[in-house]
Amino acid sequence: MKKALELIDLNVWFGEGADRVDAVKSVSFSVRQGDSFGLVGESGSGKSTVLRAVTGLVPYWNGTILVDQKELGAKRDKHFYKTVQMVFQDPYASLHPRHTVDRVLSETLQLHGFKDIDSKIPKLLDDVGLGASFRFRYPHQLSGGQRQRVAIARALAPEPKILLLDEPTSALDVSVQAEILNLLSELRAEHNLTYVMVSHDLAVVGHMCDNVAVMQHGELVEMMTVDKMRNQQADHPYSRHLLESSARYRA
Amino acid sequence: MSNLVDVENLWVRFPTRTGVFDAVRGISFSLGKERLGIVGESGSGKSMTGRALLRLIRRPGIVEADRMEILGQDIMAMPEKAMRQLRGRDISMVMQDPKYSLNPVMRVGEQIVEALSIHEKVDRKLARQKALDMLEAVVIRDPERVFAAYPHELSGGMGQRVMIAMMLIANPKILIADEPTSALDVSVQIQVLEIMDKLVRERGMGLIFISHDLRLVSNFCDRILIMYGGRIVEICESGKLEEAKHPYTRGLLNSMPQLTIKKDRLETLDRDPAWRDQESVSGIL
Repeated sequence: MKKALELIDLNVWFGEGADRVDAVKSVSFSVRQGDSFGLVGESGSGKSTVLRAVTGLVPYWNGTILVDQKELGAKRDKHFYKTVQMVFQDPYASLHPRHTVDRVLSETLQLHGFKDIDSKIPKLLDDVGLGASFRFRYPHQLSGGQRQRVAIARALAPEPKILLLDEPTSALDVSVQAEILNLLSELRAEHNLTYVMVSHDLAVVGHMCDNVAVMQHGELVEMMTVDKMRNQQADHPYSRHLLESSARYRA
Repeated sequence: MSNLVDVENLWVRFPTRTGVFDAVRGISFSLGKERLGIVGESGSGKSMTGRALLRLIRRPGIVEADRMEILGQDIMAMPEKAMRQLRGRDISMVMQDPKYSLNPVMRVGEQIVEALSIHEKVDRKLARQKALDMLEAVVIRDPERVFAAYPHELSGGMGQRVMIAMMLIANPKILIADEPTSALDVSVQIQVLEIMDKLVRERGMGLIFISHDLRLVSNFCDRILIMYGGRIVEICESGKLEEAKHPYTRGLLNSMPQLTIKKDRLETLDRDPAWRDQESVSGIL
């Protein structure tokens, strides 16, 4: 099957000279179209930075990033953002506090040159399980789960093919997390989306993804299928350590 | 043996423009020499319960109770000065995020020493030694370095261990931990909780562990109060979690993905409005 996203020897660094920190060190992986791919690791392992590099949010990187088998340049164009969208971790921080849901969504639609904005918005809200009554609310009038639904609606607005999900449920209650994860599964099936999901929660990644990459200190140390992960069959000592702490935690 | 904490009919209220909001609605429970979990979603009143016990709810918030006692002392009528003595010496609290609970412009060691010297007359040298010992007790490898460090120089897991050290140095009888590890990584979470658990057991303290994660709490507690809408809807023995009957408790348990079990869809909670109106279950021993 076609590769939706491919990274070859991606390096990301911050700072210069003695202050230089290599956040991502020659990471390579590929995600097939329609797949759901998980990146796990502890904070500082570089997993979120990989997503930020793909969306063009880091200043210094080298290596090759291919989306739909086309190599990305230094700058991301409009076409890129029509194909790839990102959902951020904290819905409390990623929505403008003084913009209504309507404005958040219509701005995105306008930027991507849609004409029938007025009729598109109720459809988007409906897609993420929010009624039309939410359209003119401000973020502070929404719960955490509802905000994340708005953030997902915004990401879906340009009708992308790839969604990058950076810890989409870690700021939410477990009961609300279940709702959002179910929503994401439904949307993937409905719109034939490709997911790249970053999470520190192995159970969440196990539930959502088909393949998992484990990162440590900026390096990708192991790739495995979710079935292997479920059966605790990791090869690398660090992945084993992660799996063990996760198993103890859920005992 | 008397209880460490006794609470009867506790209410926490906040007046708003649209009327009074009841965050905690008439709950009763006690804490013996045990590890008690309080579990619920955001807005269930679990954190407000913890804060009310330390009398940290400020005006315009209103706290009312028929009885609220810590180690047999009535804290409802206690003057603020006596309350400050009680905090830290008898009861301490570890909050969610060490980034916001440590003083950013003061060295970690001085903060720990301060927590001790407020309650005890100790000379600086001894206080310093005690702080270093405490840092070692929370498994910090290089106590001397951490003692002289500023909070921003520590990782989240280290920061939270420093918090635990600071809270335990004056030897309180009761520790309240409000989501102590939700700001930390999974691999660090379990380590920090195990350290906290070990210290609490060794010192024979009472622990109140507040969290939204039912399975996590069940690992570290003997008894669990499940809160919903400001009331206690069910009380479980931690070993008998699977026998929980209340649909809310069952929902919390089942909505969590589990690594070993493959499911196509996660169960979600259907919140029944009638749950809010049920009588609060008494958690008094």
